Amino acid sequence: MSTIATRARRVRGKGAGLGLLAWLLGIAFFLPIAWMALTSFHSETDAATNPPSFAAALTLDGYREFFGAGGGASPWPALINSTVASVASTLLVLLLAFPAAYALSINRVRKWTDVLFFFLSTKMLPAVAGLLPIYLFAKNAGMLDNIWLLVILYTSMNLPIAVWMMQSFLAEIPVAVIEAAKVDGARLPTILARVVAPISLPGIAATALICFIFSWNELLFARVLTGVVAETAPVFLTGFITSQGLFLAKVCAASLVISLPVLAAGFAAQDKLVQGLSLGAVK
Amino acid sequence: MTATTTAPVASPEIRNPVRRPSARLRAWATRAPLLPALIFMIVVTQLPFVATLVISFFDWNSLYPDARHFTGVDNYREVVTDPDLRQSVWTTVLLTVAVVLASLVLGLVLALLLDRRFRGRGIVRTLLIAPFLVVPVAAALLWKHVLYNPEYGLFNGLLHYVGGPQPDWISNTPLLAVEASLVWQWTPFMMLILLAGLQSRDHEQIEAARVDGASDWQIFVHLTLPHLRRYLELGALLGSIYIVQNFDAVFTITSGGLGTANLPYTVYQSFYQAHENGLASAAGVLVVIGSIVIATFALRVVSSLFREEVSRA
Repeated sequence: MSTIATRARRVRGKGAGLGLLAWLLGIAFFLPIAWMALTSFHSETDAATNPPSFAAALTLDGYREFFGAGGGASPWPALINSTVASVASTLLVLLLAFPAAYALSINRVRKWTDVLFFFLSTKMLPAVAGLLPIYLFAKNAGMLDNIWLLVILYTSMNLPIAVWMMQSFLAEIPVAVIEAAKVDGARLPTILARVVAPISLPGIAATALICFIFSWNELLFARVLTGVVAETAPVFLTGFITSQGLFLAKVCAASLVISLPVLAAGFAAQDKLVQGLSLGAVK
Repeated sequence: MTATTTAPVASPEIRNPVRRPSARLRAWATRAPLLPALIFMIVVTQLPFVATLVISFFDWNSLYPDARHFTGVDNYREVVTDPDLRQSVWTTVLLTVAVVLASLVLGLVLALLLDRRFRGRGIVRTLLIAPFLVVPVAAALLWKHVLYNPEYGLFNGLLHYVGGPQPDWISNTPLLAVEASLVWQWTPFMMLILLAGLQSRDHEQIEAARVDGASDWQIFVHLTLPHLRRYLELGALLGSIYIVQNFDAVFTITSGGLGTANLPYTVYQSFYQAHENGLASAAGVLVVIGSIVIATFALRVVSSLFREEVSRA
């Protein structure tokens, strides 16, 4: 009896110790973000001190500066461009991926796994492999610095992930439900809109969030193909690369504001995130 | 690419061999929803790559467009022999391997810790995911200015309190500085995949092993690790695909200086700044070849996971 009791106590003690370790590591990983948030609320002089000032007065100056109060470039056009590019390409992805996923999971085409792997293989083609021809094409077609070119490229970037994710979500719909709708005389558009879409709505939402995150984060294409008019938020951020300390609070405020949509979307899709990022292979 | 599975698919043509025309019609009706996505992908991803391949055989500097001419494999020879470009191939390998391995090991430790019940587990999980959700350029800026800066960065600030040295991180260890920031961003990704793997373990089997007197370590080595193998491979390969292509961190933290220019950055630089279209394309094609090597393994791993799932269903 007593040995069982000590063993249980020891196990509980070890469990608490490991729980504490998990907490410490979690805090260590989050510390840079917390520090960035704190710095964004400091004045520039308080932000750039050594040793760091933990108790310095809080101010919104960094955010005011970021939004252009100090005469700097306003981030609004870049934020709007990023929103347009991310939202439009996400909608386009859903529009293309939903029927494709239907053909790969419910009413299956022949060799559907081969098609699925073709989509995946395009994801493994590095972006730099097509960048130059796309740049030359855009230049000749007068489409440089045009946000709609980014929309098309971001769609191609996210479509494979979306097809894989949605395929795995749709494959979970019981065949009997669709058969029943067919027996009731429903045609394909009705089945898609009234049966398939409602059941797979959480999956569609998760797919959309992941596509949004990737589009919002993208830098290489945006950097090469946009300039003044179609500049996106990550390209706007690259303007801070060489800033020498004078604008530390502003840099932190900018980084946080621009990361906020992704943080929100990512936390919302936490559970589906891994499934999407692993292309539906892990549940 | 090489993966073919023989899942039994009820094809209308087989089911109904007599009424040929309508069967063909029905096959097309089945295919139709797929075509827009398929055609879109071929046009936007495959055609540009073919163009890159063609350009890679030309000597073409966009500042001297009239001097453009076919040079065969000269660009490839130059990419392979140019010490700077060779350095960038090496940097890419080093960066990818170091970041993937370190984030995989750290991710495994975190996943094992999070697999246990403890107070506030949900909060810790959320804290740990956060680095992966910071916009990559913002994360790179955070490391460059807020953490690494020798005068007012957090690292040296904390070192100041313990009376430690005040190194200039980026100048002293540039590649390590880029790698550390990427490990920080990618560890949560590895943790998420491995956590999913841990949670799909057969708990009865583990209980049985424990009743038979197996220690925690024995259970980890003989049950957990073999089960996690596929997930470790998947994490490593997906991570590699993304990190081989990394541009944001290299561009932001060091701008490719101090021996940190990887292939994607070099490709970017050779056509965007040096206007060497042919050379950039050849380097781009080499990145693709490297990715195909990784991708062949990746597809095999994903397809085996995938097949397991199909057979389960």
